[in-house]
Amino acid sequence: MNPTIAANPPVATPFFFYGLAAVMVIGGVLVITRKNAVHSALALITTLLAQAALYLMLYAPFVAGVQIILYAGGIMVLFLFVIMLISIERASRERQFNKQWLVGIAAAAALGGLLIAVYTTTSRGRMMFAEGRTSYVESQNTQAVASFLFDRSAGMYMFSFEIASLLLLVAIIGAVVMAKKRI
Amino acid sequence: MLHISTLHYLVLGAALFLLGVIGVLTRRNVVIVLMSIELILNAVNLNLVAFSRYWQSIHGPNALHGQIFAIFVITDAAAEAAVGLGILIAFFRNKETVNVDEVNLLKW
Amino acid sequence: MHDLVQYIQSYLSSDKTPGAAGNIFWAVVYVLLVFVGLSIAVIAMNWLERKILAHMQVRLGPMRVGPHGLLQPIADALKLLLKEDIIPDEADKVVFWIAPFIVVLAAFTVFVVVPFGPTHAITDMNIGILFMLGVSSLSVLGIVTAGWASNSHYPLIGALRSSAQMVSYEVAMGLAVVSAIMMTSLNESSTGTLSMIGIVQSQLEQHQWFLFKFFPLGIVAFTIFAIAMVAETNRAPFDLPEAESELTAGFHTEYSGFRWSLFFLAEYSAMIAVSSIAVTLWLGGWLRPFPNALNGPTWDLAFSLIPGLTFLFLAGMCFYSTVRMPKHPLFRIQTMGLAGFGALLAAIGLVLFIPAVRVRVGDIFWFSAKVAGFMYLYIWYRGTFPRYRFDQLMKVGWKVLLPIGLALLIVTAAVGMRTELWAQVQGVFQR
Repeated sequence: MNPTIAANPPVATPFFFYGLAAVMVIGGVLVITRKNAVHSALALITTLLAQAALYLMLYAPFVAGVQIILYAGGIMVLFLFVIMLISIERASRERQFNKQWLVGIAAAAALGGLLIAVYTTTSRGRMMFAEGRTSYVESQNTQAVASFLFDRSAGMYMFSFEIASLLLLVAIIGAVVMAKKRI
Repeated sequence: MLHISTLHYLVLGAALFLLGVIGVLTRRNVVIVLMSIELILNAVNLNLVAFSRYWQSIHGPNALHGQIFAIFVITDAAAEAAVGLGILIAFFRNKETVNVDEVNLLKW
Repeated sequence: MHDLVQYIQSYLSSDKTPGAAGNIFWAVVYVLLVFVGLSIAVIAMNWLERKILAHMQVRLGPMRVGPHGLLQPIADALKLLLKEDIIPDEADKVVFWIAPFIVVLAAFTVFVVVPFGPTHAITDMNIGILFMLGVSSLSVLGIVTAGWASNSHYPLIGALRSSAQMVSYEVAMGLAVVSAIMMTSLNESSTGTLSMIGIVQSQLEQHQWFLFKFFPLGIVAFTIFAIAMVAETNRAPFDLPEAESELTAGFHTEYSGFRWSLFFLAEYSAMIAVSSIAVTLWLGGWLRPFPNALNGPTWDLAFSLIPGLTFLFLAGMCFYSTVRMPKHPLFRIQTMGLAGFGALLAAIGLVLFIPAVRVRVGDIFWFSAKVAGFMYLYIWYRGTFPRYRFDQLMKVGWKVLLPIGLALLIVTAAVGMRTELWAQVQGVFQR
């Protein structure tokens, strides 16, 4: 399979990018404002699926597949299970926002201002507008990821891979111990 | 505006990050705070993968470091969500409430 | 008109799927074809299930609605569309409305990468099998929200049980799939691949269906997947969460009419989707039997006559039953209907003998025939096995299938790399 050199990106890219970005931002706003936790969870699922589509636009199909399987199909199922096991009926009638919500929003606004300042005024930020487009290979993405993780000569992430599996083992044991009634 | 560059993805990631930070700082419901943390991690992932494409345009089509990092972050987020929800269940069993304000046993 | 024919012909001789070629028009045409084909398949499955179950239980099944009950699915569909739409009072209306659509979305999006032929897929993603497994796991979300939104005990318990079962058997499915994917990397020329078309092509290059590779290992992997896929789609013998006698139909208790038909459609589409995964990974996808051992123009011609002969055989069965219909004036319309259906099947069979059609339809026919075999297996299981109790079900998923899957993975990897491993072992002993 030869790598495909995309000389011009497809013309519909801005349409899809702005559409998906709108879905993600609206989903994010719904996550933080809904009273009902199940509605928030559904909005988060929409955001995650739109993000998987954005990964496909960034020529990262393997990360998109991992996002759909793990995040949308695994973590969100876990969230929905927990929401249903602890009854949130009473919680949706109480006050939803903290006493310090104003300080919270002020802090977030300060952070946002900092990020905008970095992106628009510094020289490094303005360099991000231009990029040299050489070749986007999508047909060999999984094989390239595999060679990074496992190949003996080019792989430099084997150690991190093993540590990640150890981390998952610790998380399984931790979650079981925390949620058991009697240890 | 029509040519989608790395900056567009970075701005979108920053917007999601801010939404997540607002969610963590202002909501009382623990489950929604945990979901806002997932939003933050997703924004970071978007940044990583966008930069990976930028790096590919400089260092050749096989420079996928950002994508590998994003895969590890997703794995990490799964582990942390599992443990966080376990803690939530343990706490809920004791106190019957899901509000962050009422986790104040150590307050003087 | 001539330009249109030329456009169609120039497309039909390309060697890429519409998604890979960036051809939006043909991609949309393929999407519509898959949609229509799936709907016809679900309707046919409804009729076949009732008739085959009935014949297995020594009774006749629906015989009244059309000749031999052939119009029964259409009558069922009309009834479901015209039924009153009941929503429970305290139910969460938004989530109640969205839940069936999530399940249908997950069940239909999987067909984007299903390969009906070397270029007959909507697109050929680099992560084909990963995409299929991931999107089919999104239906769990729809089921959980459906049970929650009904705001009643039985649906909630049914939804939690059903989603726990689906999540458990996804693990076993994933392990079986990974051990099949590892076999794709044993080509001399290339590395392994996750793309569905690439998997079938590697079976073609290795001259062996993965079912028969490394003799017991392929069959064990296929068996694990075949059991896990039945549990994944909540079908008998794993249908405790939705059986009528157990939890009053589980998570779709409160759904009536059109919304229930969406769940039903999604269930049958999911069955066809996971059968497509099994056919692609182990049974050689669209390849006809013995593509390498018996090749050459005469064998190609002989095998390409089989689709037409199959339809002519089905038409023959229709005509035989027409002759055996009761000769009473009240049965006249049914007899004519059955004869008409037989004539339609015969016409399709004759069309499949035309050389231009014969060459192109072979791949689609063999793929559909293998998937149809799997559908028969599903119906056979339903008519044969008693239902598993829920704790037995979870025990089988975690304590039986998962260890066998892990052991299979390790043994397959070891057998696949046996030359390199042997060289390593010899190197250790030589020092």
